[in-house]
Amino acid sequence: MENSSDSAASLLEVRGISKSFGAVHALQEVDFTLRAGEIHALLGENGAGKSTLIKVITGVFPRDAGIVRISGEEVAPRSAKAALQAGIATVYQEVNLLPNLSVAQNLFLDRQPMRFGIVRGGEVRRRAKTLLADFGLDIDVSAPLGSYSVAVQHVTAIARAVDLSARVLILDEPTASLDRHEVEILFRIMRQLAGRGIGIVFVSHFLDQVYEISDRITVLRNGRLVGERETASLSRLELIRMMLGRELAETTSTRASAGAQKTRDVCASFENYGKAGYVAPFNLELRHGEVVGLAGLLGSGRTETARLVFGAERADRGQARVEGVPVRLQSPRDGVRHGFGYCPEERKTDGIVAELTVRENIVLALQAKRGLHRPLSRREQDEIARRYVKMLDIRPPDPERPVGLLSGGNQQKVLLARWLATSPRLLVLDEPTRGIDVGAHAEIIRLIRELCDDGLALLVISSELDEIVTYSDRVVVLRDRAHVEELAGEAIDVGSILAAIAADGGSVAHEGRA
Amino acid sequence: MKGLPPVLITAIVLVAGFALCAVQFPNIASTRVVGNLLTDNAFLGIVATGMTFVIISGGIDLSVGSVIGFTTVFVALAIERWGVPPLVAFVAILALSGAFGAAMGAMIHVFDLPPFIVTLAGMFLARGASFLLSTESVPITAPVYSTVSDFALRLPGGGRLTAVAIIMLTIVIGGALLLRLTRFGANVYALGGSRQAASLMGVAVGRMTVKIYMLSSLLAGIAGIVFSFYTSAGYSLSAVGVELDSIAAVVIGGTLLTGGQGSVVGTFLGVLIQGMIQTYINFDGTLSSWWTKIATGVLLFAFIALQQGLVALARRPVAKRAGAVS
Repeated sequence: MENSSDSAASLLEVRGISKSFGAVHALQEVDFTLRAGEIHALLGENGAGKSTLIKVITGVFPRDAGIVRISGEEVAPRSAKAALQAGIATVYQEVNLLPNLSVAQNLFLDRQPMRFGIVRGGEVRRRAKTLLADFGLDIDVSAPLGSYSVAVQHVTAIARAVDLSARVLILDEPTASLDRHEVEILFRIMRQLAGRGIGIVFVSHFLDQVYEISDRITVLRNGRLVGERETASLSRLELIRMMLGRELAETTSTRASAGAQKTRDVCASFENYGKAGYVAPFNLELRHGEVVGLAGLLGSGRTETARLVFGAERADRGQARVEGVPVRLQSPRDGVRHGFGYCPEERKTDGIVAELTVRENIVLALQAKRGLHRPLSRREQDEIARRYVKMLDIRPPDPERPVGLLSGGNQQKVLLARWLATSPRLLVLDEPTRGIDVGAHAEIIRLIRELCDDGLALLVISSELDEIVTYSDRVVVLRDRAHVEELAGEAIDVGSILAAIAADGGSVAHEGRA
Repeated sequence: MKGLPPVLITAIVLVAGFALCAVQFPNIASTRVVGNLLTDNAFLGIVATGMTFVIISGGIDLSVGSVIGFTTVFVALAIERWGVPPLVAFVAILALSGAFGAAMGAMIHVFDLPPFIVTLAGMFLARGASFLLSTESVPITAPVYSTVSDFALRLPGGGRLTAVAIIMLTIVIGGALLLRLTRFGANVYALGGSRQAASLMGVAVGRMTVKIYMLSSLLAGIAGIVFSFYTSAGYSLSAVGVELDSIAAVVIGGTLLTGGQGSVVGTFLGVLIQGMIQTYINFDGTLSSWWTKIATGVLLFAFIALQQGLVALARRPVAKRAGAVS
């Protein structure tokens, strides 16, 4: 399969696929080509459209425009089952099999060999054994699937899919919960299947693995196709540029040049702080009136760092200090008590309470901090809500409107207001500009700067590198769940961040979380 | 999926309990007592077999007691008042109850309703309908009834294996084979594991749901006929609460109430345990028969705790097999 040149027949052709959810364009005119016998990595950051593309191809979502062809024949599956019949099988990160049934039954459910209306149990087990032997798996097939490791479950799912005459195999983050050894087994099986002419789509955010296994790479960004390249001729730097970089205008930090490097007071510091299997120990100083940006790829440990800092996750080593005083951050409550605020990435699920009004959302954290026996009077609540609606320019300026009815940018401002109302000393923002339109984007960035000028310490995560460069005083770059570089002042530019992300991890390979 | 450990525990409880009873009342260990136990619990064994399928598939059927009650009234009226030949009455009621179950299954699937609510509605419906037919007990005097009631296989030791007991044993064995050996049975487990995954794997989830509730109601209909043989009467208040007794038998028999695991054999043992407690209380003579319920309650608690323990044990990562990958 090294020679999967252009002569190889294109097995799966996707042309001009578009898909919108309401006003959000999840996919716009995306093309994708999978050749027989190749392993094709599908890459992109969160929200790039990878999973939407897979779901459109497999018929889970109806598409708005575009066509899908298999071996030149147009297909339009309406369900996962129909896609399977068309020859497209998907194995998701959470294996969609039945843990309560035996391995053999999982492999042959609804297609068991029968005699006189009775399932030939012995035959089922024998065939299951033979089938799995092809995949180098020698296990007791009559034991429940749930009693085996995730790796075995993955292989079982793949074996079932392949045995159902799948020609296209889509593996969605198959390695996320496997350890190194198991990943090797999976890769061996993938190569074997590719050798038999099956086309494999490999979705992963582990770049080392992508380089190890894939023949070709397709990158999506913000629902658009960035490009398709041969893995061998694509440098790591170039790949990351495709995934992250926008127009690659070499923006430099406006802050760094403007704000003279006067030493500011340290607000919070973390010394050798970390948690095994979560984020490698790091040193981090957050100062008043300073923005620290966290840059890195999806899964590099950005959000994990933020959660440790806030106390949402418990560190198992290191020392945290607030204003120089050693503290213990065991829970979000501790974080709040020390004057930290955290706006999580998943606004919808972790942040706002859509049914409550703007006012109720804003006073939530403040009320929690004061405790239930000291309720804020309605007058105080109205006062606070009015102040922040005005200050952050929340639109429409109606504190009694349910937050769910606001646009993404305004929801983000409500979240921000919630924490500002607690007068924090440190605010952690995880992807504050995700999913909001361009105008609101600029406004959020302006707000970040203003807050910072007021003496707040900010820790901001973003996938938009030029954005990070614009507002950060310092940038910490993460890779493979470790802090690998810290850039400050003049040194901050998109190019050096990209270089730090792309620097070969070497032995810092993928670390399993199983 | 083998579900062996819980079933084994049920079997041990049964054997140990029976041994204790036999020590106190040596007469219990006779074919006569065992034969009566089977006869007395025949209808429960039949309906609990159906309940086993429902619960393994992740559902519940609260309507079975009412269906039994309705069946007895319907059969009694058909034979005694409407002059229908007994066999025709049996076929009619089985068709009716089967259709009733199919309708509940269809409701559950099509409108994506919780089985608890749908079968609760079915329970009220069937019970109400039987009151509508007759509020008082209707004795059945048809000759076929005395023939069937008198029929019995003689067991060594003076016991009698009656016709209703034979029907029950046949259904239990048939149910066990259906669950263990057929594609239908495998799909029942699949549904209980995860409806979504089963559907993705190609199982016709809707059709299966209809079939499972149809089977349960059909067996409730048969249980109703057996009950009418047993009492020689049709009464709208008969078999009140039997749905709960059968759920108890299923759970004591090691079937997971959340679905996906269990066996008909276990359920049968669960029925026998309930019958054994009843028998013990009869032998004792001084105890109120309500002690049966208390003992059943205690056993239920014990088995649910045991299952939770086993589930927790299975979830422990240490317990996972390494998966001998070469």
